[in-house]
Amino acid sequence: MNFETTIGLEVHVEMKTNSKAFSPSPVQYGSEQNTNTNVIDWGYPGVLPEVNKGALEYGMRAALALNCEITKDIHFDRKNYFYPDNPKAYQITQAQTPIGRNGWLEIQLEDGSKKKIGIEEMHVEEDAGKNTHSPDGYSYVDLNRQGTPLIEIVSKPDIASPDEAYAYLTRLRQIIQFTGVSDVKMEEGSMRADVNISIKPIGSDKFGTKTEMKNLNSFEHVKKGLEYEAKRQRRVVMSGGAVQQETRRFDENTGETILMRVKEGASDYRYFPEPDLPPIHITDDWIKDVKASIPEMPDKRRARYVNEWGLSDYDAGVLTQTLEMSDFYNATVANGADPKLAANWLMVEVNAYLNANRQELEDTALTPEHLAGMIKLIQDETISSKIAKKVFKEIIANDTDPKAWVESKGMVQLSDPAKLQPIIDEVLDNNEQSIEDFKNGKDRAVGFLVGQIMQKTRGKANPKVVNKLLMASLKER
Amino acid sequence: MAINAQEVKHVAGLAKLEFTDKQLDMFTGQMDEIIKMVQQLSEVDTTGVPVTTHVTDAVNVMREDVAAKGMDRDLLMKNVPESQDGYIKVPAIIDESEEG
Amino acid sequence: MVDYFEHDLTSLHAGLNNKDFSAEELVKETFTNIEKKDSKIEAFLALDEKKAIAKAQELDQKGIPTDSLLAGIPIGIKDNIVTKDLRTTAASKILGNFSPIYNATVMDKLNQADMITVGKMNMDEFAMGGSTETSAFKITKNAWNQTKVPGGSSGGSAAAVASGQIIAALGSDTGGSIRQPAAYNGIVGVKPTYGRVSRYGLIAFASSLDQIGPLTRTVKDNALVLNAISGYDKHDFTSSRQQVPDFTQGLDGNVKGMKIALPKEYFGEGVSEDVKAAIKKAVTTFESLGATVEEVSLPHSKYGVPVYYIIASSEASSNLQRFDGIRYGYRAQDVKNLEDVYVRSRSEGFGDEVKRRIMLGTFSLSAGTYDAFFKKAAQVRTLICQDFANVFADYDLIIGPTAPTTAFGIGEDIDDPVTMYMNDILTIPVNLAGLPGMSLPAGFSNGLPIGLQLIAPQFAESTLYKAGYAFEQATDFHKAVPTIGGKD
Repeated sequence: MNFETTIGLEVHVEMKTNSKAFSPSPVQYGSEQNTNTNVIDWGYPGVLPEVNKGALEYGMRAALALNCEITKDIHFDRKNYFYPDNPKAYQITQAQTPIGRNGWLEIQLEDGSKKKIGIEEMHVEEDAGKNTHSPDGYSYVDLNRQGTPLIEIVSKPDIASPDEAYAYLTRLRQIIQFTGVSDVKMEEGSMRADVNISIKPIGSDKFGTKTEMKNLNSFEHVKKGLEYEAKRQRRVVMSGGAVQQETRRFDENTGETILMRVKEGASDYRYFPEPDLPPIHITDDWIKDVKASIPEMPDKRRARYVNEWGLSDYDAGVLTQTLEMSDFYNATVANGADPKLAANWLMVEVNAYLNANRQELEDTALTPEHLAGMIKLIQDETISSKIAKKVFKEIIANDTDPKAWVESKGMVQLSDPAKLQPIIDEVLDNNEQSIEDFKNGKDRAVGFLVGQIMQKTRGKANPKVVNKLLMASLKER
Repeated sequence: MAINAQEVKHVAGLAKLEFTDKQLDMFTGQMDEIIKMVQQLSEVDTTGVPVTTHVTDAVNVMREDVAAKGMDRDLLMKNVPESQDGYIKVPAIIDESEEG
Repeated sequence: MVDYFEHDLTSLHAGLNNKDFSAEELVKETFTNIEKKDSKIEAFLALDEKKAIAKAQELDQKGIPTDSLLAGIPIGIKDNIVTKDLRTTAASKILGNFSPIYNATVMDKLNQADMITVGKMNMDEFAMGGSTETSAFKITKNAWNQTKVPGGSSGGSAAAVASGQIIAALGSDTGGSIRQPAAYNGIVGVKPTYGRVSRYGLIAFASSLDQIGPLTRTVKDNALVLNAISGYDKHDFTSSRQQVPDFTQGLDGNVKGMKIALPKEYFGEGVSEDVKAAIKKAVTTFESLGATVEEVSLPHSKYGVPVYYIIASSEASSNLQRFDGIRYGYRAQDVKNLEDVYVRSRSEGFGDEVKRRIMLGTFSLSAGTYDAFFKKAAQVRTLICQDFANVFADYDLIIGPTAPTTAFGIGEDIDDPVTMYMNDILTIPVNLAGLPGMSLPAGFSNGLPIGLQLIAPQFAESTLYKAGYAFEQATDFHKAVPTIGGKD
């Protein structure tokens, strides 16, 4: 029997607003426990939620970037459940009126073809605090994260393989990152994925029973977990069994999924409209303003790089993978660097450096101004590309102005014929044999002579000028 | 619709309440009475009638995204039954089924 | 000795200004009086004597501001309003040891007006009840007859004012919890328009219905206190930006031409004959003052009780989930695990009435019942709102009884929730529609006060005060003094 796989993803993204979704406490990662909180976050008796306009606008931004329809009349709902990191014992979310509906994004499949993945809906809601379980039989609760604004993005059941799920997540992260709404860092928990998967015989119009995996912490784990789960479900069905509705955990060490608990019907969260927050009406003008605030999206940038700056589609794709890289590239070009040269340097030297040092661009000392400054020195032939590599090593490690550094180190290329000619003459005078060889058609002699000239100028001679002058001089001899 | 002891127990579970058998009897009887009273509503035709969940005249009330420093942790901790090193301390969670 | 029965806020202010007595004397005498009377009434859950006296001394020193009518005057606060550093329990064991770390907005406002908090008033646990008998701590008595309930849930506030222990108190009203105890104790209680007064710092019972309001002996006093606590609050997103008028403006006794509606449903089954008679007499009084009174219909008001019990209980079931024994409040002893902390703290910490409502609310919001219960109730609520809108298209004011009967006996109804709930039938629709309502004294039956209810359109509290004042001036009911109250 052949099966097809249906995968659904619920992705939670933490917004990088200044303050929380329903209280003015700061949103800050890595602070000391329970210091970014107030009575609202603690759910003290008598407190009331205060909606953050910024969080709503970030939600709209993300929804628009993912081609969603914006729900015009929205309200918040309460989702009720008890947990120590959930102080009110309800989460304020949007069950009935998600901010966005019916969106989509496009992924590229391995064969190069493209596929649209639908987005069912997007909610603006609040994050919970953090429980740390300790072997001493206690849990320790830190409410710093409590109330951090989240966007929940629910996919339509369009994802048909673990590879597509991986591509969806990559693409989703890229788009969200470019909106400026979130850092989308899996390792800091600012992007989290819950997945569900089911299989059905090809052609059947009835979906199979789903299993779920929650809070997966890397795209790789999502893919591996889903691959394992698809195989496991197939095995169960092929051996005459039935897949149970259950939550499973992906074990990174074994690459297998482990049963956590069987679900008996849906949880009863007793959703109802949040009475403490009046409804919100989103006008067309407001949507227009939010739309205008969205930074240029990766596809647009990619097209601009190809059409206006002459990059290959592949290079443009690489440079638009992360917002950081693309912004850096834009700024480098804006500072006067040739677009193609700048692209080359970022993709070859910069990437090699980052990979070798396991660093992010922001961890280095490199600035777009310095990179552009260095590229301009190459463009105007002040330095050779060989010297440029030395300059690069300096400016990526230290906050150094490339032009001043090159000058102070005496690395400026020697291009003045009046200064080069006497050196060439001297070399030729001392190497009669080479001139002879040249005249006898031995081209290797030229290389030797250039080497001699370079040695005399300690590498600073402009090779182009040297070549030109040398050839002319040889002909005269 | 009537409600039986089993259903009352289920609802109590959702609400994190527990009852002795005697209390369960009393609550089941009273809940049943209340539910009967409440079911008068079924005689009202509400076809096409919108819900009212807010009676405030306020709409589009929002706060600008400006952060205020967190409150003094010791003050917030003042009423906590059990705490340690700035954390709220709770006995271990043995069942995670309620986690959202 | 200052006798509150011989004063109102205006004369107290004059007395303070003329130095007939100091704020310190007034506060100290208030405490002496409370010590004497409250053993019989049991209205207070906590007293704040030291701080109150210190504040009075401070005020005396800097001088009572002539323009602040409330400065230096003691007030009682219902115990579901959080008062920084003053124990606040909502009359529940689950908050028995709770010490608030912030002030409710109304407390900030009263402090700004230099009013002096003397203590916290008993109430039904989490404001759930109509007799103050569901309090976990004490049974408050009616000021007029100590075998009768003071009503509720703001029973402590009402009985303390009616017995002359304080001149004013704050209560809260979710389904009649200010107006009904005001009626039972023969005083004036106002539930303002939803959104008129900030709910920030009011321990929530039902968020879409709760409002804080004043209980006083006279209409003008009531208006003065409401003046001080009203207005938009940036911490309560449901509070209104409507301008707050001076509610004492228009207290001139003139209701000529006022169009008053009398809903026939408010004289239905269950309303006792003596109450009906008193309200009919009130109608005559208004007519004699030049108002017109006509019978109207509020056809959906009979559904008010079921709608209310579903909506209020649903919201309450969610609001009260935060009482989980983790961050504050009661935690059960010898708990083994988290589930124990939740279930045992809540089961031991909440009383039966609170549990009943949590259960009903949880049930009403459950996946299988939501449509038939919560949603249906929210739809019928719309019809109830429309009934009022229809009447107010033609009338300025609605009048009727506040409660179907006078105060009932202590212990009489407490085990029969449905009968108990039906007592609220006349006050509930006002909360469902977010309207302002007032109860004021309109007669006696067997020595127990009868309350007249006035209902106005949203934000028309001024109409309530104008009509209430005219009625008060034309009648003597507010001048009666209960025997317990110091005339003994």
